[in-house]
Amino acid sequence: MKILVPIKRTYDPNSKIKLKTDGSGIDTSNIKFVINTFDEIAVEEALRKKEEFGGEVVVVSVGTQEWIEQIRTALAMGADRGILVDTGGKYIDQVGIAKILAKIVEEEKPDLVIMGKQAIDDDANQVGQLLAGYLNWPQATFAYKVEVKPNEKKVTVVREVDGGLETVECELPAIITTDLRLNQPRYASLPGIMKAKQKPVKTIKVEDLGIDLTPKVKIEKLETPPPRKAGVKVKDVDEFIAKLKELKALPF
Amino acid sequence: MGILTVLETRNGELKKASLSAVTCARKISEITGLKYHLVIFSPNENSLEEVSYLGAEKVFVIRGEQFQNYTAENYALAIEKIVRDNGEKYVIATATTFGKDLLPRVAAKLSAGMVSEITEIIDDKTFKRLMYAGNIIATVKLESDIKVISVRGVAFDKAGKVDSKSQIEEVKISEKYEKKRFIKLEETKSERPELTEAQIVVSVGRGIKDPENIKLAEELADVLGAAIGASRAVVDAGWLPNDFQVGQTGKTVAPQLYIAIGISGAIQHIAGMKDSKVIAAINKDPEAPIFQIADVGLVADLFQVVPELTQKLKKLKEQAGA
Ligand SMILES: Cc1cc2nc3c(=O)[nH]c(=O)nc-3n(C[C@H](O)[C@H](O)[C@H](O)COP(=O)(O)OP(=O)(O)OC[C@H]3O[C@@H](n4cnc5c(N)ncnc54)[C@H](O)[C@@H]3O)c2cc1C
Repeated sequence: MKILVPIKRTYDPNSKIKLKTDGSGIDTSNIKFVINTFDEIAVEEALRKKEEFGGEVVVVSVGTQEWIEQIRTALAMGADRGILVDTGGKYIDQVGIAKILAKIVEEEKPDLVIMGKQAIDDDANQVGQLLAGYLNWPQATFAYKVEVKPNEKKVTVVREVDGGLETVECELPAIITTDLRLNQPRYASLPGIMKAKQKPVKTIKVEDLGIDLTPKVKIEKLETPPPRKAGVKVKDVDEFIAKLKELKALPF
Repeated sequence: MGILTVLETRNGELKKASLSAVTCARKISEITGLKYHLVIFSPNENSLEEVSYLGAEKVFVIRGEQFQNYTAENYALAIEKIVRDNGEKYVIATATTFGKDLLPRVAAKLSAGMVSEITEIIDDKTFKRLMYAGNIIATVKLESDIKVISVRGVAFDKAGKVDSKSQIEEVKISEKYEKKRFIKLEETKSERPELTEAQIVVSVGRGIKDPENIKLAEELADVLGAAIGASRAVVDAGWLPNDFQVGQTGKTVAPQLYIAIGISGAIQHIAGMKDSKVIAAINKDPEAPIFQIADVGLVADLFQVVPELTQKLKKLKEQAGA
């Protein structure tokens, strides 16, 4: 089974996000970059399926040369090879990213694409579904549990939805997007890190794909929301209730 | 030509969260002069009646075996057809897991661009939305001919009834997507109000220590008529089901009162509740970040103060005759 895992380089979720003083973008001077949390879960899930059924795990990123650092991390976890679609740093919207991935899918012909449900920077939650739409493949988003049946060419996915858990069955090839509780990603081992250095990473220039990437969504302005002010600390339950009454927060 | 709002149903029943998207459609209708339409799948009689009085020019109704249970694939087929047949310029839905799953697929089918979870409308193509776990507000411009928009529920009021009745149009769709099958939905049953609709939310974090102790929060919630919410830590531990999670990657809530019990206040949690009218926090650590945004903070051991709080509120409620 061949599994393609798109991964994004994003900020470490524990870092503090600040705008540059001129508001033109995020101040990245004190930020550590990692694989997007959900994509890391996707890598882990792909590796588990490979361990179960054999095959190959290919990671793909659409970004700049710096992103090879995250591709290497995925390779150190156990992925077999990497592809970087080099954008030269130009802005590409979700639609553009999905179109690029569709092109890579057409070339690589994976049985399964596993990817994160959202990137924790843009918080858009679009690319997996867009990609499935472009390819007309079935989609199983927000995965909580994934069971592949390679002989039947099917995958059963339990999804986290409002109101509970939903189970769907898709024919392969399919797109799966991961939710937080799908698995606990492994750390790269030392031998894994050594091996990763030898694994192939191919760079493709985005221009060479011949896709129209004129963005449909443009970012006009970034701002910091006004901070919510801290209120008071009270000393006991009676004061707690009195304060809630004062704020008219109680129904009686 | 118009604005199409996709309504969510479950077992025929309209999901109230959809009414936020209708409000968004009304606002865009005011700005653009376009009429707004609704599409609803397999509604029961009551729900169809209800949505006929939301002021839409037309309500499209879709029925059929392939729409009995939701799948993004079949729904996207139907929506694509309606949009093309009617020359719709906008497709809107509330960003529940339904809207989040469905709309990007619709956008792909229509070669449209999409903006996720808008919180504000600036003009016919400019919107505000949050990024970076709510740390950044972005103003974005959507420049495709057809515009797909998901709406953050808490940022738009639920649309109310109007007097006149919409025209109802049953749309026959014979196409069917064959490569995906709905198998089942295991619903979390609860007697309490729905998390995203409750006036009061009592939320628990890892500080509750054991699933047994969640009853402390439930007793408090029962006195207040509140919904129960949770941090990711509690859901990850399996102490509460997934759809209790409040935060960046869970639900967004904005009740009159949010009581955080044993929750540290990580940025990803705050992203889902910071628009609550009043935030109250109980935590034994005076340095917990939740106190930086709480209107009322009590530094204490929750195992002591939560039962006391429940008792005292119960008395107060009885006195008030409520
Ligand atoms: C990509 C990503 C997405 C995420 N999405 C979400 C999300 O949607 N929602 C979410 O909630 N989190 C999310 N998180 C996780 C988040 O970062 C925090 O880890 C999580 O919110 C912590 O939960 P907590 O506050 O319950 O636990 P902790 O941070 O462990 O806090 C427990 C608190 O309980 C207090 N406490 C302990 N004992 C007592 C006692 N006896 N009495 C009173 N207080 C006590 C402690 O002082 C502490 O402050 C996400 C993380 C990542 C990386």
